[in-house]
Amino acid sequence: MSLEQFKNRNVGTQNYKTLDVGTKPEKGMAQFVQVVQRTFKGELFVGLGVTMKAMLKALFANDMATIQYPFEKLPISPRYRAIHEMLILLESGNYRCIGCGLCEKICISNCISMDTRYDEAQRKEVSEYTINFGRCIFCGYCAEVCPELAIVHGPRYENASEQRAGFSLFEDMLTPIDKLNLQQEYDGFGAVSPNADENIKQTPLAY
Amino acid sequence: METTLAGHVVENLPQVTATGVIIKAVIILAVLSALAGFGTFIERKVLAFMQRRLGPMHVGPYGLLQIAADGIKLFTKEDIIPQNANKLIFMIAPIITAATAFIALSAVPVFPDFTIPEFIPLLGGTFVPSIASDLNVGLLFVLGMMAAGLYGPLLAGMSQSNKWGIIGAARTAIQFLSYEVVTGLSILAPIMLVGSLSFVDFNDYQAGGIGSWLIWQQPVAFILFLIAGFAETNRTPFDLLEHEAEIVSGYATEYSGMRWGMFFIGEYANMITVAIIASVVFLGGYDAEGALGWLFIMLKIAFFFFLMLWVRASWPHIRPDQLMWLCWKVLMPIAMINIVITALVILI
Repeated sequence: MSLEQFKNRNVGTQNYKTLDVGTKPEKGMAQFVQVVQRTFKGELFVGLGVTMKAMLKALFANDMATIQYPFEKLPISPRYRAIHEMLILLESGNYRCIGCGLCEKICISNCISMDTRYDEAQRKEVSEYTINFGRCIFCGYCAEVCPELAIVHGPRYENASEQRAGFSLFEDMLTPIDKLNLQQEYDGFGAVSPNADENIKQTPLAY
Repeated sequence: METTLAGHVVENLPQVTATGVIIKAVIILAVLSALAGFGTFIERKVLAFMQRRLGPMHVGPYGLLQIAADGIKLFTKEDIIPQNANKLIFMIAPIITAATAFIALSAVPVFPDFTIPEFIPLLGGTFVPSIASDLNVGLLFVLGMMAAGLYGPLLAGMSQSNKWGIIGAARTAIQFLSYEVVTGLSILAPIMLVGSLSFVDFNDYQAGGIGSWLIWQQPVAFILFLIAGFAETNRTPFDLLEHEAEIVSGYATEYSGMRWGMFFIGEYANMITVAIIASVVFLGGYDAEGALGWLFIMLKIAFFFFLMLWVRASWPHIRPDQLMWLCWKVLMPIAMINIVITALVILI
């Protein structure tokens, strides 16, 4: 089916197929026969069976749909764009950020502001870095443009805080030095979700 | 068989005293109110499982204390009486529902009879019967009381000056007029077979094991009574009175707090009553000799209770006109034919 057929909005010109639901019987005897047929068809018990099967599967085959949210969470896609994280170099523990300022330039909502200076080794380093999360639209341009994979989007989507300034400073987003071994490498753009294997279904080749 | 059993009962059982009956009434009130509350928990759990949800989980282990939380909420909630409502009737209506539901339970067998041990002061040696009042017209009394319970929704809906309530009350009236005929006529055939309206006689008639259950002799009456019982307790295929999607909450729209809770307790007590009637009249009842018989009737009652929840999870509910069509044009003729055939079989 080509796209043009979906774009045709003129009602009545499409080639719809109607479902065959039969006709309502006119005469009394025909109505009676229909009632008796429907009564003894056992469709009601099919309905009972469906719910019972659902209950047994939910209870004993671990087919429960509920996620008890604050206690258990669904795996989040690595492409998800939540609160930013500032990664550091695994070898030395230095900032990955080289203070190039590209993220500040590309930010379309003007929420990144940074200040840089030269350190003792005449390397550029970032001295001030804040993201105004009241303005940020989480477009992901800053992470995409970063040449060093220094600013990335993390999986922290529960971003309620007491103040607007919450987790907007460079140090708040930076990986703590003692948690360096826990730092997750960013496999963002184009990465598959962690439960991708479960979601894969066999390609139907039967047709 | 019957006479010996009846004679045996008369000889051996101690005298039923007023104290015993009062104790029994208190037991029924306490246990059945708690069971009604527990019924809401079971209902929420079963419905949740059938929809692949977990149901209440946070209050207590597996949400078991949810009943207590709900009870606290209901008791402490403000009791709002609308400005234009007929205040007296508005306040009395839920009491009618709850009271008639429990009055109906006074004539059905609930829990085995026992004698309070002698070492307990004051009440020692008192015999507590299994039926609070073993009326010789027990079945009639119970059905009548459950029918009178419909005054609750009817008066509640009409007194609250709310259009949803009025519609709920009107639906109460048509539902009552429709199913009550079927209830009476369907239960008439077993009554003709047993020749008595007492629950004890029904129980004794089916004392010979599964083969002597009345459901094998009266399957049609059983199904009809079950359908009418669903209508009697406002359960799902026939929950026209308070169907949320159509008439907000029907007769209970303006109610809050414990008055609303009383409607609920009444509804669940009625469910248990219908389950007891169905178990005693059609499924052999209890075996008065041993504790095992009481366990079996508990299982039967639990099955009927579960069936009501199961049906609620599975089937859509029907329109009022479909209910009237079903009751008057389908079920009532079948019930009449069933009675005629039963009468012919008895005569021959």
